[in-house]
Amino acid sequence: MRVLVIEDDADVATYIVKALAEAGHNPSHADNGKDGLVMATTENFDVLVVDRMLPGPDGLTIIRTLRASEDQTPALILSALGDVDDKVKGLKAGGDDYLTKPFAAAELLARLEALTRRASAKGEPAETKLSVADLEMDLLSRSVSRAGTSIDLQPREFRLLECLMRNAGSVVTRTMLLEDVWDYHFDPQTNVIDVHVSRLRQKVDKDFDTPLIQTVRGAGYVLREADK
Amino acid sequence: MKTARLLRSATFRLALLYMLIFGGSVAVLLGFLYWATVGVLSEQMDETIQADITGLAEQYERRGTPGIAAIIGERIRKDPGGRTVYLLTDPLRRPLVGNLDSWPTVEPDTGGWITFDLVDRADPDGRPHLARAKRFVLQGGLNLLVGREVRELERTRRMIVNAMIWGIAITLALAFAGGIAMSRSTARRIDAINQTSRDIMSGDLDRRIPAGGTGDEFDQLAGNLNAMLDRIQGLMEGLGHVSDNIAHDLRTPLTRLRGRLEDLDDPTLAAGDRTQRIDAAVAEADTLLSMFNALLRIAQIEAGGRRDNFATVDLAAVLSDVAELYEPVAQEKGLNFSAHVEAAETVSADRDLLFQSVANLTDNAIKYAPAGGSVTLHATGRSITVSDTGPGVPKEARNDVFRRFHRLEESRNAPGSGLGLSLVKAVAQLHGGEVRLEDNRPGLKATLTLG
Repeated sequence: MRVLVIEDDADVATYIVKALAEAGHNPSHADNGKDGLVMATTENFDVLVVDRMLPGPDGLTIIRTLRASEDQTPALILSALGDVDDKVKGLKAGGDDYLTKPFAAAELLARLEALTRRASAKGEPAETKLSVADLEMDLLSRSVSRAGTSIDLQPREFRLLECLMRNAGSVVTRTMLLEDVWDYHFDPQTNVIDVHVSRLRQKVDKDFDTPLIQTVRGAGYVLREADK
Repeated sequence: MKTARLLRSATFRLALLYMLIFGGSVAVLLGFLYWATVGVLSEQMDETIQADITGLAEQYERRGTPGIAAIIGERIRKDPGGRTVYLLTDPLRRPLVGNLDSWPTVEPDTGGWITFDLVDRADPDGRPHLARAKRFVLQGGLNLLVGREVRELERTRRMIVNAMIWGIAITLALAFAGGIAMSRSTARRIDAINQTSRDIMSGDLDRRIPAGGTGDEFDQLAGNLNAMLDRIQGLMEGLGHVSDNIAHDLRTPLTRLRGRLEDLDDPTLAAGDRTQRIDAAVAEADTLLSMFNALLRIAQIEAGGRRDNFATVDLAAVLSDVAELYEPVAQEKGLNFSAHVEAAETVSADRDLLFQSVANLTDNAIKYAPAGGSVTLHATGRSITVSDTGPGVPKEARNDVFRRFHRLEESRNAPGSGLGLSLVKAVAQLHGGEVRLEDNRPGLKATLTLG
């Protein structure tokens, strides 16, 4: 995917651009708000990574300007450590996701992929069935089956699996799961998510030969067939 | 030097101003008194003289020169002391009858009034006295001078003027002396405050402003300043404590991180081991980052005013969400985990921070409850209670555990940053509430109440 990185800190920009290139994406970089806004309006990008504080127009202004001109390119806002309220401001300005510096490259990549997937799914008729390999989920009857065998899930487990299936093939980080499935922005002191995922695994993978839920070291989880 | 300081003193200037205003008032008052006495008296005298002249002029019209001369002669005889002045002259001012030897040389004013020196013939000293008289021209060109000696009036006037001068002088002197005394005592009190402030500024933080013991405004000021200093000192000690703790608590993970990075510098390392060590180093760095993040977050919440994210939150929903998230963790540890909601209210709160706080309390409860023990979440009214059957917190340490990085000796080796409860406390305060720790017999009962 084509990614525009608007970031004035050279180290952070290099880090992001390198990570994106290594993951097979096509990153462009602007080191100030003015250039960033020009590039965002004149070129076509799949997703934007915008630093909150920038020389020239700041990140929120850029996003507001784009949204005002009907540009709905998904945007992820980067901000400094520890800003509690900035998240709300960023989302209000039209940002689609939010990440606090410093962050792991895996977290950024996972979020960008989820953003573009969500954006491309927009406008299409809502899916009623999800399927990955022999795992099937019916969103209307809220039932799950694998290889024809019905799997009984708790509501939260259902949402957890739904989130993984919607992002099948891409990494979903623990914080993404917390935000998506539990709808809380918070910092768990222990890896509570792992316990939930391992419960889900018990139900989805235990009785089958090929595990679908994979742990990605240092990042999170991914739902896919093991050998692909 | 001292005078200059005295003049600069605000209280002295105030006393000076007071002195001037007071002196002015006394002067106005005495001026009125002067007018009411001397003024009225001389007016009365002028009226008497005028009446006398009118009477004599009538007599002259009726009885002519001999008549008026007889009356004047009679009047003079009746007044041997010479308190009255009469002189009748011909048009050339040659005396015809009267008790003056000659017409006074003083020119009369427009009303015909003259004030002149009168030499008393009966007075052996021959000292002149002031006299006031009026000239009247009778028909036929005769000049009539009628007057009174004003010795008494003059004496009264002088007395009053003297009294006024002395009165004002004494008033000013007293006000001045009072002003100095007043500003001295005020300046002394203020000097004490200033001296203490300078001592404190130069580093002696234990100094306090001495109180006069009278409970007056200065004592109240001193009391307030002292209370403020106590608070500042408390905050500074807290701050010092926190930075000491930060330095200490961050040194450990930083040292570990350094060690892990050094471990990597080994060319014989197998790829798998290398990956493992890199993971460990990254995890260590993440721990550090999350500690910093928590610190900054607490500081931000404590700075207060960040109520932008406040919305209507159902306490029962928050409680059951936390319970749902943590139940598997508790079960995995073999704990009895339960959550009850009893008439919980809907509150105005920051949903994420509230969730984080209850999660922190629950996380602690699960961490410290022994296997087979229990953790209970309970929501009622505007409170959420998390109880466990762990070792609890000794009574004397229940305030300390809310301090950043503070960890009980027994739990030093348990995982955690020592920031969880600090955050809970900050969140409680942000919501105008409090967090209370109690004995659960056995264990700990933590209650978060929103304001």
